[in-house]
Amino acid sequence: MLEKPLFGSKKYYAWMTLLMVVIGVGVISYLYQFIVGLGTTGMSRDVSWGFYIAQLTFLVGVAASAVMVVLPYYLHNYKEFGRITILGEFLAVSAILMCMLFVTVDLGKPLRLLNMFRYPTPNSILFWDVIVLTGYLLLNIVIGWITLSAEKQGVKPPGWIKPLIYLSIPWAVSIHTVTAFLYAGLPGRGYWLTAILAPRFLASAFAGGPAILILLSLLLKKFTKFDAGTNAIQTLAKIVTYAAIINIFFFFLEVFTVFYSQIPEHMDHFKYLFFGLHGKGFLIPFMWFSITLGFAAIAMLITPSVRKNEKLLALACVLVFISIWIDKGLALISAGFIPSPLHHVTEYVPTIPELLISLGIYGIGLATLTVLYKIALSVKEEAEA
Amino acid sequence: MYDSGKIIAGLVIFIILITFPFWYNHGKASIAPDRVLPKDQKECVEEISYMTSSHMQLLNDWRTSVVRDTNRIYKNKKGKTFSMSLTNTCLDCHSSKADFCDKCHNYLAVVPYCWECHLTEKGNP
Amino acid sequence: MESSRRKFLKIAGLSVLGLGAKPVIESFAQGIEPTYSTDKKALKGKKWAMVIDVDKCKDDCEDCIAACHRGHNVPKIDNVKHEIKWIWHEEFKNAFPAQEYDNLAERLEHKPFMVLCNHCTNPPCVRVCPTKATFKREDGIVLMDFHRCIGCRFCMAACPYGSRSFNWFDPRKYLEVTSPDFPTRSKGVVEKCNFCAERLAIGKIPLCVEACKEEALVFGDLEDPNSPVKKILKERYAIRRKPSLGTGPNIFYVI
Repeated sequence: MLEKPLFGSKKYYAWMTLLMVVIGVGVISYLYQFIVGLGTTGMSRDVSWGFYIAQLTFLVGVAASAVMVVLPYYLHNYKEFGRITILGEFLAVSAILMCMLFVTVDLGKPLRLLNMFRYPTPNSILFWDVIVLTGYLLLNIVIGWITLSAEKQGVKPPGWIKPLIYLSIPWAVSIHTVTAFLYAGLPGRGYWLTAILAPRFLASAFAGGPAILILLSLLLKKFTKFDAGTNAIQTLAKIVTYAAIINIFFFFLEVFTVFYSQIPEHMDHFKYLFFGLHGKGFLIPFMWFSITLGFAAIAMLITPSVRKNEKLLALACVLVFISIWIDKGLALISAGFIPSPLHHVTEYVPTIPELLISLGIYGIGLATLTVLYKIALSVKEEAEA
Repeated sequence: MYDSGKIIAGLVIFIILITFPFWYNHGKASIAPDRVLPKDQKECVEEISYMTSSHMQLLNDWRTSVVRDTNRIYKNKKGKTFSMSLTNTCLDCHSSKADFCDKCHNYLAVVPYCWECHLTEKGNP
Repeated sequence: MESSRRKFLKIAGLSVLGLGAKPVIESFAQGIEPTYSTDKKALKGKKWAMVIDVDKCKDDCEDCIAACHRGHNVPKIDNVKHEIKWIWHEEFKNAFPAQEYDNLAERLEHKPFMVLCNHCTNPPCVRVCPTKATFKREDGIVLMDFHRCIGCRFCMAACPYGSRSFNWFDPRKYLEVTSPDFPTRSKGVVEKCNFCAERLAIGKIPLCVEACKEEALVFGDLEDPNSPVKKILKERYAIRRKPSLGTGPNIFYVI
């Protein structure tokens, strides 16, 4: 199956070449950062995590969302998802790969990365995050590859893969829970210090991830012979709808607690995000934009006629994606640091090298995804022929 | 065998490429540098042979002992004591890092990161 | 065939064992092993702490900061975003953000409050460090092993006092003079006040305390009834930064 990605259409080669260029630019930018130091990013003494860790958080959600196709198919025998479980699993593989790269480029001393294993420290959540992410990556590679090989040979997958599939379901929940625990257990960071952070992460993941999967399925339908099937896409759309509503609901639970209790340490971060603090408010337009898109997407998704129209559904999914990306990939991390524990407002804006490196990592993720999808679709085509 | 010509040509190129450093440097091996030992001192912290082979291990143990176990004093196998400090003990005798440390390290292409933080000459980084 | 292979494996196994044992036996044969110990002059304590008498602190005096930063090769970086600070001034409203109020005593409003690592009894930075590069010593000092730090900055997110700085660039670029008594840092590691662990080890009190002519900074062991910090705390009321977080800060402010 490994030879499949080597041959493809002109469009395929062009797409891969474009990705290679993006990756190349990312690699050069990373060398610059590696040599000069993390001062090349927009991060600061006060905002000591930025775009990289935010992308990690967002992408862990994308990875965890694979469970939304795996669970109905394997636990409830929902046959419509049979064709797309592999898409979900391979999406998870590429997302986790990007997560790991984002953690690595964020390190001040990347060459000492293995110190995490030389001196394992179970009281650190980062230690557990690395473990659950690695485990999830392996699970999805093994499950995806074995089931696909079985499909290629026209036989049932071996029996031993079943327990691994069942294990991958709670494991998916665990990766996003542990990632939330990175933040939700820190004293003095009022924005994150909330028990609803993990549920919010999961809700936004189960909205954003399947939205990406719908978009990918629609793209594949347009550019390849693969059709995920109307029923599968419609079921995914319903999942997105419910999760997006729960996500907004959780958000307002948080808003209620924060603003009704009026505790400044918790309130100030929300004030900064939505109204500005000490005259500074870089993220204000983004936040209101995100909220508006979130509501617009829900309005579209709960209307059956809109949801059933694939073009409008695609638009709604794009809105969900952007809304959640702003919330997690842009605001979540920097807002936790603003204001600082000493109540100073230092703003954070990512720099060009920082964005190019991030783009490069997304390029690696997309290239991995393309290769994996190419393999999966080629195998499926052959098996069906 | 299909495409035997291409495969063999490819193999030959591959072998030439991976053996490149060997034949490119053939007969040009550089001579191992001589250490410049301090003139006014006869004895190091431990036996010279041990220091030559294992100074990195010793320094590693020193740093762990100093930073993590609050120790400062090292008593060697002969019972002599030293303050465990790279800058203030080692470099006291081995006053020239360039002559003593770098010569061998450069020859062996090892780049210890000690000097990123530890100072070599007192008062100047 | 079968038996000779087994024999071969046995001999091979034994010889490998023998080779492995050689250095162990050699090291036993060499006699006394080297030992590590603390300096006899070292100051020993069970719970080091500092009391800061705010009224004694002179408004424009920066002696403690200068002594600390010079002694520890802390670079002076003008860009606020990349600053490195071990001990510095804050106003009351920033040092004690939940405790400020409109009618705060005038003498305190713009008074410099020296802030530094609190060497917490229950430090969140130690809890989150994935490599034990930050650890708590038995004498209460929260210390960093710069050799081990991977620069993930989890500790900076965890510290509720903003006491930690990160080396965004190579700090040596910003150092004009260096003190030989302490190393510099390299780019990519976190750093903070170490309560002058390197000086306690040779019997000296922290640089900031030594440098303060007003005796506004007092250092000592909280478990020792005769220590200077204990004596002050017995008589005067002191406040600590964010005590509600349960971190147990060990820097006390007498106001």
